[in-house]
Amino acid sequence: MTETKTPQGGFVARDRDWHPAPFHPPYKTSVKRSPQAALLSFPTSASEITGPTFGHGVLGPHDADLIHNFTGESAIGPRIVVYGRVQDEFGRGVGGALVEVWQANAGGRYRHKKEGYVAALDANFGGCGRVITDAEGNYEFRTIMPGPYPWPNGMNDWRPAHIHFSVFGHGFAQRLITQMYFEGDPLIPLCPIIGTIQNPDAVKSLIAPMDMQRTVPMDARAYKFDITLRGRRQTAFETRPEGL
Amino acid sequence: MVQSLNELKESPSQTAGPYVHIGCTPNFCGIGGVYPEDLGARMKTGAVQGEEIVITGAVHDGMGMALKDALVEIWQADAAGKFPGHDADADANFSGFGRSPGDMETGRFRFDTVKPGRVRWPDGRWQAPHISVWIVARGINVGLQTRIYFSDEAEANAEDPILARLEHQMRVPTLMAQKQDDGTYLFDVHIQGPDETVFFDI
Ligand SMILES: [Fe+2]
Repeated sequence: MTETKTPQGGFVARDRDWHPAPFHPPYKTSVKRSPQAALLSFPTSASEITGPTFGHGVLGPHDADLIHNFTGESAIGPRIVVYGRVQDEFGRGVGGALVEVWQANAGGRYRHKKEGYVAALDANFGGCGRVITDAEGNYEFRTIMPGPYPWPNGMNDWRPAHIHFSVFGHGFAQRLITQMYFEGDPLIPLCPIIGTIQNPDAVKSLIAPMDMQRTVPMDARAYKFDITLRGRRQTAFETRPEGL
Repeated sequence: MVQSLNELKESPSQTAGPYVHIGCTPNFCGIGGVYPEDLGARMKTGAVQGEEIVITGAVHDGMGMALKDALVEIWQADAAGKFPGHDADADANFSGFGRSPGDMETGRFRFDTVKPGRVRWPDGRWQAPHISVWIVARGINVGLQTRIYFSDEAEANAEDPILARLEHQMRVPTLMAQKQDDGTYLFDVHIQGPDETVFFDI
């Protein structure tokens, strides 16, 4: 492995046209939860270039095994492995990144007091897990395939099967929450939440393909989900006294 | 044609949804036994340097209603302006990172932290004491970035590069935590409307 210098520049600006529109009336809750004034832009300072660091000490031995981490007994549902790489916009692996995930059970039901769907709870499924990427940015966890579920928005809206991801990079400005979808799900083009993303290529980047090569025979299928965080510029000409 | 830049696009954000607490603060929402404690619940792991403070507030939607399904995260320097995990001489008993799911009934968040020291702007100027804030919730499609400044730091605030950059100076108070009679700071966030908080693109 070759040693790479840590970039010294600030983070590349977010492409707000690539990200979802904050105000998107088909997703009704966004109407009153979207800012109307322009965002104030400024270059990343130390407060955003730095961020919380989490060692493997925060992890328990079963955190990355959602099939068993709630009671120790096996959850119901098709067993899957989800793996991928956390990388930045320049293709560098982001090592030591904390990835937190949460999801519905195989019937599409969340373990939450505000959940109103009639599908049954699974006594052995909690629905949360976490993992820290290795030095190259790779992560892996196993879970059960979440079910699609209906939600109160339009009269008959259903979420495609998905896993929620929360990712910490090295800087607080990289903080990201997103969702992973599954290849071939017919609900993807119908979903008002996915519809907040205007660019079809951006939507594609959230759909995980099945990977037979990583399947565990007689055990679990595998899905690959790479996550890209904002990149830090590699430049010596960033920090300078005013006017120089 | 020209060469390719070989650059990747950031993964697009999606809303944290109504069940963000299952993944980020499972103990708070009754999923016990998976993690020993919720991440970011304690910012102090021992005796800390500097002034210990409490910040409370709530996140309001465009109708003025407090959100009960938000997740608020903060990141800040220690009392000497050093970042834990990044500056070798940072306060070892202070994490700099806090995460609050808000009260189940009222949505009010609370952080028990320290008043941050001043940190330099990239050009060398001093910034006023501040805390970086990141807010996600159902209906928020891209996490909202803002900052907490302190109403009792008038002198430092007057020379802060970001506060100075605001075209609408009447919006500066939306970034100020206000000292209360009981000594705590109040920082209310308004996502939308006449009191809309200044949000950042950083
Ligand atoms: Fe969901």
